[in-house]
Amino acid sequence: MSNEAQQYHTHITSEHKWFDLKLKEVWQYKDLIWLFTKRSFVLKYKQTVLGPAWLFINPIMTSLIYTFVFGGIAGIETDGVPQILFYLGGNAIWTFFSTCLTTNANAFIANSNVFGKVYFPRLTTPISNVLSSVIQFGIQMILVLAFLVYYVATGVVHPNWIAWLVIPVVLLNLGIMGLGCGIIISSLTTKYRDLSILVTFGVQLWMYATPIVYPMSQIDNELFRTILMINPATAPIELFRYALLGQGEVSILGLVISWVFTIAVAVLGIMVFNKVEKTFMDTV
Amino acid sequence: MENTNREIAIKMTGVKKKYRLGQIGGGTLQADLQSWWARVRGKEDPNSKIGQEQRLVGQSFMALNGIDLTIYKGEAVGIIGTNGAGKSTMLKLLSRVTAPTEGEIDIYGRIASMLEVGTGFSPEMTGRENVYMNGAILGMTKAEIDAKMEDIIEFSEVRDFIDTPVKRYSSGMYVKLAFSVAAHLDSEIMIMDEVLAVGDVNFQQKCLQKMKKVATEDGRTVLYVSHNMSTIRQLCSRCIVMDKGRCVFSGDVDEAIAIYTSRNSVEIKKEYDVSSVERQFETTGKSHINRINIEKNILNLGEILSFELQTDAVADINNSLLRFVVFNQSGTVIGMAYSDLYDLKKGYNSHEFSFKTDVLAPGEYYVDLIQCEYDGSIQIRHDILNKVFAFQVEENEIQYNMKWNKYGWGPINFEKITVR
Repeated sequence: MSNEAQQYHTHITSEHKWFDLKLKEVWQYKDLIWLFTKRSFVLKYKQTVLGPAWLFINPIMTSLIYTFVFGGIAGIETDGVPQILFYLGGNAIWTFFSTCLTTNANAFIANSNVFGKVYFPRLTTPISNVLSSVIQFGIQMILVLAFLVYYVATGVVHPNWIAWLVIPVVLLNLGIMGLGCGIIISSLTTKYRDLSILVTFGVQLWMYATPIVYPMSQIDNELFRTILMINPATAPIELFRYALLGQGEVSILGLVISWVFTIAVAVLGIMVFNKVEKTFMDTV
Repeated sequence: MENTNREIAIKMTGVKKKYRLGQIGGGTLQADLQSWWARVRGKEDPNSKIGQEQRLVGQSFMALNGIDLTIYKGEAVGIIGTNGAGKSTMLKLLSRVTAPTEGEIDIYGRIASMLEVGTGFSPEMTGRENVYMNGAILGMTKAEIDAKMEDIIEFSEVRDFIDTPVKRYSSGMYVKLAFSVAAHLDSEIMIMDEVLAVGDVNFQQKCLQKMKKVATEDGRTVLYVSHNMSTIRQLCSRCIVMDKGRCVFSGDVDEAIAIYTSRNSVEIKKEYDVSSVERQFETTGKSHINRINIEKNILNLGEILSFELQTDAVADINNSLLRFVVFNQSGTVIGMAYSDLYDLKKGYNSHEFSFKTDVLAPGEYYVDLIQCEYDGSIQIRHDILNKVFAFQVEENEIQYNMKWNKYGWGPINFEKITVR
């Protein structure tokens, strides 16, 4: 028992070590991460008539609206890709990213009840948020694939099958980026609630600054192109579309920018998050 | 306190916790930037105030004001104290919900904390699902929960409802399930904050026994906060009294309870001026007790307690009587005695009373006085004084070479049994 007790020695001080990311501890709680992920799905569709069918209805409706507004009214070209497929794909990947970001931006406030009563590595919550976004993305992809199969069979779309191997990397890239941005915001919202309101608006703005409802190739203006290239979400999304639909501009520089940004926000985010987690109960 | 033979479970040194008073958040971004800017320029922070009292400095409040404490493995430690004494803050620090402002805490072992019943329970999920959830939050792996599931369900007494969403549960069932999860954790240290209050008496007893077993047989450490002295007495091997963010006593449970309860009550004196003591209950006010003089307030077993009451009456009151209610140290009522009828005349009165203490066991006692008028059918209350004076029955009397065991034998020393 004494060895065991030594093994579980915890030292608590007022000081905070900035570079202690506590990832090992998070790993010990992997079962909790999985339970949180499962719960987010179970709870979402309890007592709804259509249940998980909403996972399909939502993206279809959104894509139809995009097709109508951006394709039909605004007349944006989609480089020969059928509009509904273009928007379904874009919507799937953007929903993944934005869910990672917005759910995590609320991580502290939404869980303050539990956080205030019991300790577990708080990072489990954001990680499970990302995981449930991955699953949601997977489900949306079933829908995308259904359309894709039809268009591939009719010879309209030519995906780069080899490049599909990078899709998990794209998800990792966007997932960690969303997590990083989300938990930074979340850490700040414990004191400044304004940010949580700003997030909804900010994410929408970010979407329009990313080639989601339009392809990169449609942008001629140099300034806009530069802005889009600096936007760290652009490169992975273009890469995703390149693999999926055989359309899009893959920029190595853009991917480098994106990964540097991703790792920076993730490390910064986890540091800030771990710092705030220690005392946020006193301010939230 | 230093004991080198025993393994330490928790060690706290100089732990302080500061809270800010008043509203936090909302407009503080500006204030924070202001403070930050002042710091950068090396100026005085415009948002800090300097107060007089140590514990209430400016806008902050020391919920814990320097705690030094060592808890050994296998101890069941009770923590008592008035509201706001810092008990819950201490448990929060130990369960790592929030961090201390100053000081260090060393914990040897895993902690299962139950600051609230059923933390993380989702009403929509079934009992079983919630056991997994709750267990995982408390740090168990799925395999561990699977292994314990049968015990948990058995202990919780809600087997029939385990696959029903917990929103359909009664609050008692909820508590039972939640406690069962926490009680079956493989943790070395268990922290409980007043969680048993909700369950029924049988279940409370079951929980206490479980916790006691956990401490004595499995060698785990239990920290238990409660206002219920009898559960503290039942469970704990040591007790800590907290007051104003400090640990004022640590040691024997009975002594601790005595210290805690007498903290709220009167000291033993010979003369009490009660003319301006606030009355807690409404009365006619026709008579008003001003002074109590006690001849001898530390008595030997069986001695008579004599006291004088000086009373002002607004009118003549015939057939007055005194009710004399006796409480023990922990505030539990022991019994009541009537006086003979006596007359109060308008103005100043003085009466001598004698109370036979021969039935009282050694210990300290408090008294409520109720002055009434008996009008032939009912008693009209003219003055009520709560816990107005104290007296002590000394412990020096040894019967057959044994001291009176207050907590085993109760407060009443019955007359000797005759043998034929």
